Amino acid sequence: MSSHTISVRLENSPGALARVSQLFSRRGYNIQSLAVGPTERPDISRLTLRVDCSENSLEQIEKQMHKLVNVLRVTELAPDEAVERELALVTVNVASERRAELVALSQVAGAQVADIGRDAITFEFVGRPEQVEAFEELVRPYGVRELVRTGRVGLRRPSASRPTQSSVT
Amino acid sequence: MLGSDAVLRSLELEGVDVAFGIPGGAILPTYDAIARGTTVRHVLARHEQGAGHMAEGYARASGRVGVAIATSGPGATNLVTPIADAWMDSTPLVAITGQVRSNLIGTDAFQEIDATGITMPIVKHSWLVQDVEELPGVMKAAFHVARTGRQGPVLVDIARDVQEAEFDFEYPDDVDLPGWKPPHKVHPRQLREAAKAIAVAQRPIVYAGGGVLNADACAELLELVDSAQLPAVVTLMGKGCLPDSHPLNYGAPGMHGSKFANWALNKADLVIAIGSRFDDRVTGKVSAFAPGAKVIHFDIDAAEVGKIRHAEIPVVGPLKLALAQLTAEVSAVAAEGAPDRGPWLRQLEDWRERFPFRYAKAEGVLKPQTAVELLRDLAANREEDVIWTTGVGQHQMWAMQYLQCDKPRSFITSGGLGTMGYGLPAAIGAKAARPDATVVCIDGDGCFQMTCQELATAALERLPIVTVILNNGWLGMVRQWQEMFYDERFSQTHLTQVAPDYAKLAEAYGCAGFTVESEDQLEDALSAAMSAGRSAVVDVRCDAEEKVFPMVPSGAAAVDTIEAPGGEVMSA
Repeated sequence: MSSHTISVRLENSPGALARVSQLFSRRGYNIQSLAVGPTERPDISRLTLRVDCSENSLEQIEKQMHKLVNVLRVTELAPDEAVERELALVTVNVASERRAELVALSQVAGAQVADIGRDAITFEFVGRPEQVEAFEELVRPYGVRELVRTGRVGLRRPSASRPTQSSVT
Repeated sequence: MLGSDAVLRSLELEGVDVAFGIPGGAILPTYDAIARGTTVRHVLARHEQGAGHMAEGYARASGRVGVAIATSGPGATNLVTPIADAWMDSTPLVAITGQVRSNLIGTDAFQEIDATGITMPIVKHSWLVQDVEELPGVMKAAFHVARTGRQGPVLVDIARDVQEAEFDFEYPDDVDLPGWKPPHKVHPRQLREAAKAIAVAQRPIVYAGGGVLNADACAELLELVDSAQLPAVVTLMGKGCLPDSHPLNYGAPGMHGSKFANWALNKADLVIAIGSRFDDRVTGKVSAFAPGAKVIHFDIDAAEVGKIRHAEIPVVGPLKLALAQLTAEVSAVAAEGAPDRGPWLRQLEDWRERFPFRYAKAEGVLKPQTAVELLRDLAANREEDVIWTTGVGQHQMWAMQYLQCDKPRSFITSGGLGTMGYGLPAAIGAKAARPDATVVCIDGDGCFQMTCQELATAALERLPIVTVILNNGWLGMVRQWQEMFYDERFSQTHLTQVAPDYAKLAEAYGCAGFTVESEDQLEDALSAAMSAGRSAVVDVRCDAEEKVFPMVPSGAAAVDTIEAPGGEVMSA
């Protein structure tokens, strides 16, 4: 078992996302994260899926997804050949006397302040998924009130030398 | 034109001559269009499940796309079983359902159900049409998706207001489906690899399945088997794709397949899977299946290759093309000298002679297998084609074991889903597709009672079929498992042989009814039923304790079979 990032170009049509997600539950594949959004073309969405599975299951997932009429392309994003990012919003409890310290710390870590309340600050953090996790750990001692992550999105690096593994078309 | 008329014009343009269905509120406008005039014959079923299985039987008997029509809500949910059945057996089916008006969708309106949602895991694709302008394109796409690539079911759910809307109908020439690209050619390198592997194999076996029938590749399979002298086993779903009488056809492997077919796979050094999918009912314990064999897997669906068993040589593409090219490649390679396969072919022949399907006859006891053998012999003497359908269970397995099917599309059964009640409506659909054939449904008493209301359809639509009920008074296959694996605790499997009286029930529906209580009555009743000129039901009251052998227990290796009592015991 290992983690894989799969990038899917999908027709932007009703039920298309449901078809992909039901395929995963139906075939017993576990999705770690799923992010979906528009692309350079308004009629096409891109899904970035993070799954934990064996190489054999990965091949099955790709083949089964290819059979969906709304799915245009399925590509595995190899870690060294892809740009992957994730956005997190984290609301951290903080008393007024420690506010400055926390803001300074978070700025060093690369986070932005999104909102400041009486006893809490919401940070936004964009980075590689492992950086998001590191930031979460950094602020955890202060008390994380709420946290949300978008799930990773990814694109193949144009600088990657060889084509990424693509399943049968 | 109205949307409802556009549905019918689309069906006509797709070449549909028969559709099966039942009207209801949300599909009423489309039924009104049927009344306004169409070349499509509509067969009125008595239950939407019946309509769906009829459409499947039609598709399997003809090779064309079956069409089933139902209303929203319960009409759609009653179609779920046939859609699932078509999904599992790759039967091309277009299911058309009415949906509540667009402005009511999502409000839990009367007879509203999320038909596309409910069927999502069991269709190739589905469409909810809420704009009449989209209707022609959707109909075109629905038929295209159902019949191309690996065939299967699609659903078109049409809001009632769309059926009532006025628009300018124009049927598109092409489909616009950028994401639907089934393979249309075969990789030549893979074919060459396959041919080389076949050329050097000492113990090859073809393992052909339903995909050969779907691909219309039976002639190409026969050519391959003949020219390369390859022995073959043929699955339940493939029965008829290679003549059962062909000397190299070793019949069905699997849970109730023959010992020789299972051993052929087990001892082979090369398994050539063609349109088959290593179903658990064929393989038994996968790790013990064909343990010494290299696998070549031919399939139109890339996802089936390597799903259960690793294929050393995967060949993805249309089987008709692939097999024709393979035969040519094999001839070219084989010219360079092939190993002597004499010992292997002699071994297979020896197994076939020593371990035939067998059952013990007993004085005064009517064995179900005797009825199937007699049907086989009666069919052989008829001039017209005979098409068999079955339900699911013991009778289905005896039909598989004892019938002889020498032509494609002559054996129609529910394989993957195992849908009890499939046989009778499927027979009606087959008869609608091929009116010149005699269609015989071999059924069980349990199966028959699940869909027997369709006898009314058979009688009133003048689609005469013969139903032979191997009536043992039990849910026989479940009873067999209870006897063998549950210490004879026959929990809720006894139906009784006498209620209902099937001959009377048949007569009540306007069909001929026969009751057979002993072997000496069998031939007359079956002959009379097959020549009745109208639908007939033969209630064959047979031995309740007869079991299907050989049997591979669930999860066991396919060669570890339980045998019928008596006979030679085989060891590796």
